Amino acid sequence: MKNLKVATAIVAMAFVSLTTMSCRDTKKEDLHDDGMHSEMPEEGNHDDSMMNHENSMMDENDSIMNHDTSMMDHNNTDRSNTVMDSKMQNSDAKQVVADYMALKDALVATNKEDAAKAGKKLESTLKGFNVSSYSAEQQKELKDIIEDAMEHAEHIGKSEMDHQREHFKILSKDITDMVAITGTETTLYQQFCPMYDGGSAWLSRSKDIKNPYYGSKMLNCGKVEKEIN
Amino acid sequence: MKILRIILIILLIAFVGMQFVPTRRNQSNIVPKTDFLVVNNPSKNVNTILQESCYDCHSNNTDYPWYNKMQPIAWFLEHHIKEGKDELNFNEWDTYSERRKNSKLNAMIHQIEDEEMPLYSYVLMHRDAEISKDERQTLVAYLRILKKNHE
Repeated sequence: MKNLKVATAIVAMAFVSLTTMSCRDTKKEDLHDDGMHSEMPEEGNHDDSMMNHENSMMDENDSIMNHDTSMMDHNNTDRSNTVMDSKMQNSDAKQVVADYMALKDALVATNKEDAAKAGKKLESTLKGFNVSSYSAEQQKELKDIIEDAMEHAEHIGKSEMDHQREHFKILSKDITDMVAITGTETTLYQQFCPMYDGGSAWLSRSKDIKNPYYGSKMLNCGKVEKEIN
Repeated sequence: MKILRIILIILLIAFVGMQFVPTRRNQSNIVPKTDFLVVNNPSKNVNTILQESCYDCHSNNTDYPWYNKMQPIAWFLEHHIKEGKDELNFNEWDTYSERRKNSKLNAMIHQIEDEEMPLYSYVLMHRDAEISKDERQTLVAYLRILKKNHE
């Protein structure tokens, strides 16, 4: 009888530990789903829900992104109903730059949560980017850029600060190349920090240097490389 | 004592029952033309490291040890492999755009250098997937050269 007791205990412990291990992810997903539903109607809580989801897995990001698009980006839906196609293009590209700038500012401030939020926002904007008004060649290039940039934005949405900055570096190149195709109405400055990861560039609306790669540690390190009009 | 016995039996049934739940096995004999090793043809050294320490989760063919056929371990692994392949699938390397290749190389270099890959939990179960400091350097040096050629 004693043997049986011990055996039961061991089997039970093994079973429970294995189950919790394998179910951890699934459970998390369920929780998120529930969270989504209850938070849906309250727009004010939206930001909080986004932050809670920050560590969520890849699959869920899709649903978050959809959520995001429908809740936050009213402009997009409004625009598509009223304004001509060609103008919409421009505003897609403009929105990408705006989201990128929000992300950059969050990195300058070394604020992981804001950066993650901005990353998710940028990902959803990129997802809805309509490239149809560009030439075939430009479309191909833009699609490559968007595909790559979306992945970086997604990672920024769920990573630690140092990872966010690693992805931001490549993302900056993507956005710079994108602006080369779409053009920009406001002047942008391509700035460069020779110290970070063998030299890294970023875009800013202002001539003043505010380094997103080191934040307050080296806020003014860098120089203006190029003015983009 | 009776309760204990009942619990034991229930657990046993559950455990056995779990084994019948199917998992999608990540196995394929085909090495496509788009495979990283086919396209880039690295040295034997690099080839071995990549195959032994990366390909289990980052390709269409996993070399499963026997215990991975058992539930619930198999579920746990299936999830890992799916995520790994979504991030980077070496079999599909040449289908990536130049831009994406560059991004992936960059990520690989950082992840390997920072010892974030291969995953700790994976190496714990697969001792032969562990890579030494020297191997890490070899791999990173190779990837850096490759990245330069892509820029």
